Amino acid sequence: MGFLDINNAVKAYGAVEVLHQVDISVEEGEFLVLVGPSGCGKSTLLNMIAGLESVTKGTISIKDRVINDVHPSKRNIAMVFQSYALYPNMTVGQNITFGLEMHGTPKPERQAKLADVAKLLQIDHLLDRKPGQLSGGQRQRVAMGRALVRDPDVFLFDEPLSNLDAKLRVDMRTEIKKLHQRLKRTIVYVTHDQIEAMTLSTRIAVMNKGYIQQLGTPKEIYDTPANLFVASFMGSPSMNLIPAVLVADGDQIAARITGFDGQPLLLRLSQNDQTIRNYLDAQVILGIRPEALTDADGADRNARNLQVIRNQVTVTEPAGSDTFVTTVLGGKDCVARMRADADVHPGQPFDFTVNMDKAVIFDPKTEDRIAGRH
Amino acid sequence: MAVGQTRTERDWRMRLQDWLPKLVLSPSVAMTLLFVYGFIIFTIYLSFTGSKMLPSYDWVGFDNYRRLFGLSAWTTALINLAIFASLYVTICIAIGLSLAIFLDQKIRGEGMLRPIYLYPMALSFIVTGTAWKWLLDPGIGIEHTMHLWGWETFRFDWIKNRDYAIYTLVLAAVWQSSGFVMAMFLAGLRGIDNEILKAAQIDGASNWNLYRRIVIPLLRPAFLSAFVILAHLAIKSYDLVIALTGGGPGRATELPATFMYSYTFTRNQMAVGASSAVIMLMGIAAIMVPYIYAELKEKN
Amino acid sequence: MSVATQDSAVRTGRITRTFIYVFLIFFALFYLLPFFVMVINSLKPLGEITGGNMMALPQDWTIQPWLSAWSTAQIGVEATGLKPYFINSILMVVPAVAISTMLGALNGYILTKWTFPGHKILFGLMLFSCFIPFQIVLIPMARVLGELGLSGSTTGLILVHVVYGVGFSTLYFRNYYAAFPTELVRAAMMDGAGFFRIFWRIMLPVSGPIAVVCIIWQFTNIWNDFLFGASFAGLNAMPITVALNNLVQSSTGVKEYNVHFAGAILAALPTLLVYIVAGRYFVRGLMAGSVKG
Repeated sequence: MGFLDINNAVKAYGAVEVLHQVDISVEEGEFLVLVGPSGCGKSTLLNMIAGLESVTKGTISIKDRVINDVHPSKRNIAMVFQSYALYPNMTVGQNITFGLEMHGTPKPERQAKLADVAKLLQIDHLLDRKPGQLSGGQRQRVAMGRALVRDPDVFLFDEPLSNLDAKLRVDMRTEIKKLHQRLKRTIVYVTHDQIEAMTLSTRIAVMNKGYIQQLGTPKEIYDTPANLFVASFMGSPSMNLIPAVLVADGDQIAARITGFDGQPLLLRLSQNDQTIRNYLDAQVILGIRPEALTDADGADRNARNLQVIRNQVTVTEPAGSDTFVTTVLGGKDCVARMRADADVHPGQPFDFTVNMDKAVIFDPKTEDRIAGRH
Repeated sequence: MAVGQTRTERDWRMRLQDWLPKLVLSPSVAMTLLFVYGFIIFTIYLSFTGSKMLPSYDWVGFDNYRRLFGLSAWTTALINLAIFASLYVTICIAIGLSLAIFLDQKIRGEGMLRPIYLYPMALSFIVTGTAWKWLLDPGIGIEHTMHLWGWETFRFDWIKNRDYAIYTLVLAAVWQSSGFVMAMFLAGLRGIDNEILKAAQIDGASNWNLYRRIVIPLLRPAFLSAFVILAHLAIKSYDLVIALTGGGPGRATELPATFMYSYTFTRNQMAVGASSAVIMLMGIAAIMVPYIYAELKEKN
Repeated sequence: MSVATQDSAVRTGRITRTFIYVFLIFFALFYLLPFFVMVINSLKPLGEITGGNMMALPQDWTIQPWLSAWSTAQIGVEATGLKPYFINSILMVVPAVAISTMLGALNGYILTKWTFPGHKILFGLMLFSCFIPFQIVLIPMARVLGELGLSGSTTGLILVHVVYGVGFSTLYFRNYYAAFPTELVRAAMMDGAGFFRIFWRIMLPVSGPIAVVCIIWQFTNIWNDFLFGASFAGLNAMPITVALNNLVQSSTGVKEYNVHFAGAILAALPTLLVYIVAGRYFVRGLMAGSVKG
């Protein structure tokens, strides 16, 4: 059993089930991110862990203690809210120590803990201010301070960065990561931002429509997405999903796709196991990440299966560090990520290098990934 | 395993938090159910009995309603209410809207004018009635003053005139409430996005068209609220009648509210009084229930 | 209401503007006239009123009518002036306002932050009770007050006003707390604060503005009430509105108009003062029950 166990948890409002049979075991010190589009059930799950929503079926336990019916304040958890939820009538110091006060911690101890946390978060100079006088980033720190001071078993974060502007969000992201590395605490973190999920987590649970779509390390999620939803949700720009037909190519297997003019293009797969052979002559979807579709110089030197296809360039978007090149494959706009100084021009044919080691194949009917990578 | 033990140990605080809010709410709910809805049911019941001076419990069916609508006093009261309510609502809205639109033209001294328009709302209808009763008295009020100022033929004796007395009620009631309607419309006007107005002007709308085609349609919620509030005030009007005219001359300003009071408490016709109250309630419910329903539903 | 004026999106010509000012000033005079007349005539001896012009300022200024209205005028059968009734009104208004506001705050808190199935229906029922024609409850209320031994007592009137005032105060607090972030309540819950603690420590400290709105509204309404006072107060608990009406309508003796005016102003004074001091909140209170958008 893990540190935090979510055991076949179900949430239903009346007859409507919004969360189906969620099963996650979190180890101590893990940073689990729940990610998914709005309405996927991630916040509901977090609120169930917090005790703000009841668990319809199944159990949630922390340190082997079932907490389904335990009051939120007795679960030894702390939560950072999206709006920060700072009490507007109290000073920063009072905000941070309110929880300790409610739990009957004596004043000297409260003050000592407050001082520690304030120092850790560098908000010592703000303790006498009211939340209304703070900037977004400062409020965010106070909200974290309020959670830290409780010294809980599990920290819950509910989209804590979504109210900050872009730059501050990146800074605070790093800050949270540092804090986790330093304090090694168990964290469950909800976000809809897949970059936050990738950068912060030790494990990610991708959720959609009340189901866990995939649970794994950021690398697993990124490289071997379990299905089309995970493939398109994680990564930016998202994975190119190209309709293809699998054909035999000697004793290898190749994906046949159409190019800009409808010309057939063959891409030999790295995979060649029985599972994939079952799909010979069938429609599949070929998934290629933008960084696996480059110019020859930008291709991964360590890749074993690099293939070149010639196709028309429709749009180029220089983004400073990279240039994003759009080309049409299988009747769809596909994005290639190239070096900033790659020599590509719209309207002209170009030799794209495809790293087929990184390609994944999906069954269009079940939408699941067919085979592993080699 | 720990699971079995902790499952049964339901946190007492959780349970307390479950019923505490309902417990705290319950006195208000009980009061409302008993003193409002219980009483309404009781009054409805009375209206089907033969109660005179004291409640009695003999069932007489719809007799009281038949009698009620056979009484000329009640028909008069209903006709008076129709005249009073329609004029009161229309004039209040007309004045309130005009004042609000004009005040919204960057008027110097707006801060001084607004409280002047509104202060009558803070007064009791009894005070309003006292003041207007005297102003309208031809012997010493406005008519008398005009005579003193040399306009000998000026006549303003509506309050003594059976055919016109109902309009004095309208006058005093409008005086009291139109400022409030102004405030409602002003709040509505200030809530309109200024960019919409600018866009309309760039589209070439004249001021008249701007208000007729853009602003006034946007004020629909304010119109609805004003109508609902004024209509329900009109049906409930009692104090003003008592203070201004006492229902007279004759029955010229009798309204359902005064009818109910006099039949129940001075004429000892409790069942008839009860049935008139039921009719009033039905009138108000017809206006308020859809309004409240819509307001509450919107917030889902 | 917010008084952020439109930056002149609408332009008006000189003639139109003149017309607008004339219109606005005419109505200002219309609203001021009755009160002006009452004030100046309350400072005249009776002879100047009956023989003179109501618009004229007093030639012989006197506060005698005020003194008479306050302490010696004939109200019903007794020559007590309005003073005892003014005190009755205060004794009735203060507890009724305090209780209904407190209940409204708690109800609003529960109906927004501790909701349960059916909370909307309950609120709808309470809200409708603000608007009923009170004639529908007069008969049973008279009986119940009798049975409780509260007929003709200030306590009885307080009960009546709390019962029929709690709908409005609940409406105010409910709408106010609905805009108050629920996350704050959740945060406090996780911090270990319970139902009452959250109310005292988190909700009440930020409820100042709506409390003022609610208190002013309840105060104005209850002070100005006539129907309940006339029906249930009897002689001992008679509020000032009823006493004023008795004073003005009394058919015996000479009509002392100047005393009537002084009395009317006395009766209006508390609510007018509130209006002058806290007019902003007064307007907001009037709005809160009606317009939301």
